[in-house]
Amino acid sequence: MKFKAWIGLTLLLIVAILVSGCTPEPEVEEPEIAPETEATEEEVAEEPTEPFRIAFVYIGPPGDLGWTFEHDRGRLMLEEEFGDLIETTYIENVEEGPDSARIMRDYAQQGYDMIFATSFGYMDHMAEVAAEFPDVIFEHCSGYKTADNMATYFGRIYQPRYLSGIVAGLMTETNSIGYVAAMEIPEVIRGLNAFTLGVRSVNPEAEVRLVWTNTWYDPVLEREAAVSLLDQGVDIIAQHQDTTEPQKAAQERGMLSIGYDSDMGQFVGDSVLTSAMWNWGTYYIDTVGKALDGTWESHQFWGSMDDDIVMLADFSGLVPQEVIDEVEAAKERILTGDDVFCGPINNQNGQEMVAEGECMSDSDMLNMSWLVEGVIGSVSQ
Amino acid sequence: MIALLTSILAITLRAGTSLVYATMGEIYTENSGVLNLGIEGMMLLSAVSGFAAAYYSGFVWVGFLIAMLVGGILAAIHAFLSVTMRANQVVSGLSITLFGTGMASFLGQRLGPESNNYYLAGMVGPRLQTISIPGLSQIPVIGALFNQDILTYIIYLLVPLAWFYLYKTRNGLNLRAVGEDPQTADAMGINVTRTRYIYTIIGGLLVGLGGAHLSLSYTPGWSENITGGRGWIVIALVIFAMWNPGRAFLGALIFGGINAVQFRLQASGTNIPASFLNMMPYIMTVLVLVLITWWEALSKRIGAPAALSTPYMREDK
Repeated sequence: MKFKAWIGLTLLLIVAILVSGCTPEPEVEEPEIAPETEATEEEVAEEPTEPFRIAFVYIGPPGDLGWTFEHDRGRLMLEEEFGDLIETTYIENVEEGPDSARIMRDYAQQGYDMIFATSFGYMDHMAEVAAEFPDVIFEHCSGYKTADNMATYFGRIYQPRYLSGIVAGLMTETNSIGYVAAMEIPEVIRGLNAFTLGVRSVNPEAEVRLVWTNTWYDPVLEREAAVSLLDQGVDIIAQHQDTTEPQKAAQERGMLSIGYDSDMGQFVGDSVLTSAMWNWGTYYIDTVGKALDGTWESHQFWGSMDDDIVMLADFSGLVPQEVIDEVEAAKERILTGDDVFCGPINNQNGQEMVAEGECMSDSDMLNMSWLVEGVIGSVSQ
Repeated sequence: MIALLTSILAITLRAGTSLVYATMGEIYTENSGVLNLGIEGMMLLSAVSGFAAAYYSGFVWVGFLIAMLVGGILAAIHAFLSVTMRANQVVSGLSITLFGTGMASFLGQRLGPESNNYYLAGMVGPRLQTISIPGLSQIPVIGALFNQDILTYIIYLLVPLAWFYLYKTRNGLNLRAVGEDPQTADAMGINVTRTRYIYTIIGGLLVGLGGAHLSLSYTPGWSENITGGRGWIVIALVIFAMWNPGRAFLGALIFGGINAVQFRLQASGTNIPASFLNMMPYIMTVLVLVLITWWEALSKRIGAPAALSTPYMREDK
């Protein structure tokens, strides 16, 4: 009887692992295959060269409609651009822990030529694996550690956020805008501040009410946070969260919203005025192109709207032309050197943090931990 | 102030509904002596299949039906493994969670329409509508009770009924007897195996309903990992409720309500650090748990069903 039970359980476990098998673990067979392919390569030298193999490590599923969705859109753009020259694969839902090192090591051992890791928490593990495989190219999104074969890349999403703030500032009727924010870290604070500066640049009366959820991804909590803000009388919801739930909550109340990560309007509808969105494809095509022709070098890339890595999504039909004109004008200003975090900028207490004529340095921006004037809410110091 | 209280109560009930159903289901399962740790996976799989069914049929009730069916089938698998096969219930439950979580992601990326790359996420389907009861829903604060969807209204009836059934009927007594002391129950002529099967499956149906309430009413649509760990909260709530359906209702509301309160405090611009407010639901849960345990210990009524997670074998001594 006991014996049967264990068979049943083992079977169920096997099925469970197979089906949750979005986490492929082909490392067992690969080493045996590798020498074989080498042999065939020598035999038929005329055959077209092996494709350049690229692996992506994702923090979430491509179906999140947000962060990972956008990275995967970039991967598909890569495939379209290079066709048979490259071969890509991805692995989803990888925890930011030692497990990620094991996964990257597996890919390197399988003979992948280039590995992208798309979350901050993979940084140390990628650095560790990069040191073991000097011939493999590693690229890490949003971190700061580099090596000869490891580069970093990220985008100045605060620029489109500022522009989306202008839209919100001009279109709010209650002069109160809600912001659902994930984690109290510089990246999120920077985005919130840029958004608020955008709002106040066109509407000094408006305020931005802030709620922290302490999670990147939780549909239920994100909705509750948005509803709390709507109950306080905000008429536009913006977010630094990875699901569309705050956008949907605003829509159900007949209110407006500003999306993030992807063009959320295409999933939710016209109530999403625009979105500050990522567009990784251009960068991926550029860096893979360099790797293919042998000119790739380690770098730290923090691209702006000019590089197309960040952008504002198409406006919804509800945004009037005057607003669009205003946004275009501000975009022009930013691209010609008057960046978002150029003074004068005050903090919440009215204290001047950036003087007129000065601009914050990149390192100051990357360490931002204070909130600008106009934000109602707090951040732990 | 009154508007604030009304809105807090409204969202508390809305957020708590799926927790109440799932907790009630698990309470019935555990009272029969079967521990089911598969809730998280069952809720996810019910949420995705319920939404898909409603999306393609166009009827929200079809979605709920399918979700209950899926919950029931997973529970039946657990019952087969843990009652008939006498497998370790912890392992069996965990593998159901593993299976359900993975399968739900898998289906979410395959069941969608071709136009959306076969993703189900981002599709808009039918959802349960809020029904305002004329008159009653206008009362300040209490009115929030009468401005909910049909599943929340059913709870008002179901909770007292579930309590009555468990503690005041012959069947409820038999159920608890099986959970407390299966040997004696068997000797009394109660079919232990059948009882455990029935209540594990009933539990699964309710858990399925709870999962589908997320994707068909509260946060309509499918998003990956839509439960966000609420399946585990349910298991904590069962202990919190001391296996009593009435208290499950209270616990689910406290847990859902604290979040509503802390978000509103933040939105109103309070000086309390957000990180502290974000901890509140967990702190409160622990605090209330301690208080209840202490009170229960004094009145000597504490405890899980004695035979919880122990397989029953007739020949065993």
